[in-house]
Amino acid sequence: MKHFGIYIHWPFCESKCPYCDFNSHVEESIDEGRWLAAYLSELNRYANTTSKRTVTSIFFGGGTPSLMGSETLGEIIKAISDRWNLWKNAEITLEANPSSAEKNKFIEFKQNGVTRLSLGVQSLDEDSLLFLGRKHSVSEAKEAAVVASEVFDRFSLDVIYGLPGQSPTKWKRELAEILKLVTTHISAYQLTIEPGTQFYRDKVNTGGEAVEKKMFDYTYDLLEKKNLNAYEISNFAKPGHECLHNCTYWTGDDYLGIGPGSHGRITKSDFNYLGLETYATLGIKSPKKWLENVEEKGSGDLRTSKLKPSERIDELIICGLRMAKGLDTGKFFSQTGISLYDVINKEKLLTFKERGWVKQNKDTLFLTHKGRNFLNYLAVDLLA
Amino acid sequence: MMTEIQYKRNFSIVAHIDHGKSTLADRMIEICGGLSDREMKDQVLDSMDIERERGITIKAQTVKLKYQSRNGNKYELNLIDTPGHVDFTYEVSRSLEACEGSLLVVDSTQGVEAQTLANAYLAIEADHELIPVLNKIDLPASDPDRVSNQIEEVVGVDATDALKISAKTGDGVAQVLEKIIDLVPPPTGSERSPLKALLVDSWYDPYLGVMILVRVKDGYLSKGMKIRFMSSDSSYQIDNVGVFTPKPTPIERLTPGDVGYITASIKTVAETPVGDTITSDKNPADAPLPGFKPSIPVVFSSLFPTDNAEFDELRDSLAKLRLNDSSFVFEAESSAALGLGFRCGFLGLLHLEIIQERLEREFGLDLINTAPSVVYKLHMTNGQSLELHNPADMPEVTQISFIEEPWIKATILVPDEHLGGVLSLCTERRGEQLDLTYAGSRAMVVYRLPLNEVVFDFYDRLKSTSRGYASFDYQLDGYRESKLVKVSILVNGEQVDALSFIAHFDQAEARGRLICERLKDLIPRQLFKIAIQAAIGGKVIARETVSALRKDVTAKCYGGDITRKRKLLEKQRKGKKRMRQVGQVEIPQSAFLAALRTSDT
Ligand SMILES: Nc1nc2c(ncn2[C@@H]2O[C@H](COP(=O)(O)OP(=O)(O)OP(=O)(O)O)[C@@H](O)[C@H]2O)c(=O)[nH]1
Ligand code: SF4
Ligand SMILES: [Mg+2]
Repeated sequence: MKHFGIYIHWPFCESKCPYCDFNSHVEESIDEGRWLAAYLSELNRYANTTSKRTVTSIFFGGGTPSLMGSETLGEIIKAISDRWNLWKNAEITLEANPSSAEKNKFIEFKQNGVTRLSLGVQSLDEDSLLFLGRKHSVSEAKEAAVVASEVFDRFSLDVIYGLPGQSPTKWKRELAEILKLVTTHISAYQLTIEPGTQFYRDKVNTGGEAVEKKMFDYTYDLLEKKNLNAYEISNFAKPGHECLHNCTYWTGDDYLGIGPGSHGRITKSDFNYLGLETYATLGIKSPKKWLENVEEKGSGDLRTSKLKPSERIDELIICGLRMAKGLDTGKFFSQTGISLYDVINKEKLLTFKERGWVKQNKDTLFLTHKGRNFLNYLAVDLLA
Repeated sequence: MMTEIQYKRNFSIVAHIDHGKSTLADRMIEICGGLSDREMKDQVLDSMDIERERGITIKAQTVKLKYQSRNGNKYELNLIDTPGHVDFTYEVSRSLEACEGSLLVVDSTQGVEAQTLANAYLAIEADHELIPVLNKIDLPASDPDRVSNQIEEVVGVDATDALKISAKTGDGVAQVLEKIIDLVPPPTGSERSPLKALLVDSWYDPYLGVMILVRVKDGYLSKGMKIRFMSSDSSYQIDNVGVFTPKPTPIERLTPGDVGYITASIKTVAETPVGDTITSDKNPADAPLPGFKPSIPVVFSSLFPTDNAEFDELRDSLAKLRLNDSSFVFEAESSAALGLGFRCGFLGLLHLEIIQERLEREFGLDLINTAPSVVYKLHMTNGQSLELHNPADMPEVTQISFIEEPWIKATILVPDEHLGGVLSLCTERRGEQLDLTYAGSRAMVVYRLPLNEVVFDFYDRLKSTSRGYASFDYQLDGYRESKLVKVSILVNGEQVDALSFIAHFDQAEARGRLICERLKDLIPRQLFKIAIQAAIGGKVIARETVSALRKDVTAKCYGGDITRKRKLLEKQRKGKKRMRQVGQVEIPQSAFLAALRTSDT
């Protein structure tokens, strides 16, 4: 039977960061009991049709899900293991911010089932933290990281680079500091200015292409030397420490999206052995409306739509090429019923191979380090 | 019952754009009860979608109206509403041939403009009784006295008794009708003479087939009669005879003075050349009517389907449009950069724009057009001469003895305070001043200009430099020898045919440089360096470089929202589809037109 991951979205934060375009909101008071009931109700809804599957990962994202009570989290995990077969090595990740209050809950989270922590330190520079609107200090970030590494075998730090005025030298120093705190997993994102954010309204600029490229290359080189491989465009891990849950997105595996504005992908393999029917689900974005809908109508779903074969192919390719290991041709065939090389522009493939941007092995197609710099460009051409 | 000829009045309404011709026609139709209230709407004669949307008249329209005069007699009026834009002057000229008089409508808030003058002269040349009318007196800015002085000064016709009206409210329109009865002479001609009818216009109607608009001079037309086209000697039997009220309405016969339509099971409009004389097959006239010169396309541009697979559709659509508009021409063309398309000739830029818009809207095509150019006359060293419609077809310079380019005589009316800008624009465009006069605070300048300098963005520049207050009219004014060169544009060493252009030698280098600079911004960076060059013959005169793309990925956090990534991919792919390949380089389609704009305005 098929396996999948479950994503749980907690849409609340203590304050809204100016760069953030996630579905996160600041609320005076939150009735956690109601939210728990709603999550359980949504899990039930999906369990009816998928109960035979094995859950290989759970990811609590947000917002700031570490603001939830650890028992609430425990209840959700328990509910999942009641309804599905929760794999014994399942990866259960929680996103957390490095405030002291949260730091003190790390042990409780672990006791309630969390196996992996993703800590959003974002920066180890006081000015940058201020600029990013983060509520914690550098020392709080460091302390939280130390506690996290003591409590969890698997833990990751989230950092953002490419801030306006940030020089490559400054980023190098910061990265060296980060490497003192974490040796197994880093997510290093570039600052992007997204519509709807405070930075967008303030017309903040990012560092600029030349500088960004330098930092991007440097990050790859240094982390590789430290045995943290870029298994995906912005994720670096020591072998064996890759985030299993995020890999379900990139390899086109199934995942349930539970919570406001969350996305899911479910393949209906039960009826069709080739598993060609993939459904995209999307939760109602507004937390209040989502909650009311779950309570009153028994579903927080905004829409569930069947992906067209071409859409499915696009998703698999654009996501698969993000990963260092690239696309697995056998898997691609089992996911689409079509051979990868029948959908890829052969002329372009040849050119890109000659230029050393793309490589092919027996069962895989992947971008070289150099090629990954041009991921968007290459993906568009390969799918032309 | 037939109306006797002395009770017929045929008149055109002429004016500058937007001075209220179609609105005045509305009021006249109302007064005469041509349409029911339910059928009536603003500018009812503007029946094409594109006319209604843009609020302008493109095709002249004829209406036959019954009018009860205050003098006790009943009259039959044939009113022709004409377009005001310079591109459609041809429509005006042939409408005038069907009438004995013209109403010259002048917006009393604006005064005399370039097409007021041009159309007034056309009417005077056609021996028309010209009746000036001051319109829009309901508006606070209306200044009829100043404007009537202007008409006298600039146009040179008596305007002391010019009627002051509002076509919008209907104020004064009844007096206009009375004045037409008094001043416009009735047509002449005899029903007993051999048939002579002027072919004023023809078009294809999906229900009725080819319809021919005629003005009967002598004889008559009736159903079943056998007619002959004097230019081709081909004959047809008439199926239907009718008039526009403005709905097509069958009647028994058309007699001298009448303006109406006939249908005769004619397959294509090509068989019905406008200006031809229609006569009776049994009892033909000795000589045809003078007729008029055919319209000639002066602006050429190439149209290509965005999607090469739509070539056949484009050809069919052009053919269909031509059924109702014989004034544009097209011919298949093949471009290395843009694929298969058509080189098309138009009456002017608005005409080009309208045809392109109709192709896109009515036929659902997605098109790219190249920069407009004019027709050059090449005199070759071997003594031959030929017409060049497309810069891409320019032969080797060594084979050319000399080149001639078309010139125009342009009349521009502009308020004094903007004159300076207009004069420097004309000078910049190689203009030669012929005349400069004043009417009050308004200047009238006459320039001789190369058409080549006008076809692209002259009108836009004129509008911006005069804040919209200048009006412009032109006539073709022959060919003159000129020192012209072809400037080629090369992208990574490959010549891009669709971007080559012809310019005067003195301007070639500056233009070439400007276009290279433009292209530098228009061509997105690609995975390799791109060299953009402008060259005359083998000599490179300008060069720019688009640096290679260094990175096209963002290490961004998306979570499980891969829908967003897919949408982004789709968007990028759409952008890519709109690219044309020149060698390895991809050039966005929009660049083909944008690059050649001569200025940023
Ligand atoms: N206030 C006012 N507006 C008028 C009057 N006559 C026409 N208009 C307005 O002027 C605009 C142009 O009127 P049209 O009748 O379309 O002008 P036209 O001369 O037929 O224009 P073209 O056919 O494009 O040359 C419209 O918005 C009319 O409503 C008038 O007497 N008073
Ligand atoms: S803590 Fe995270 S989710 Fe919350 S506002 Fe900041 S960036 Fe967004
Ligand atoms: Mg009109």
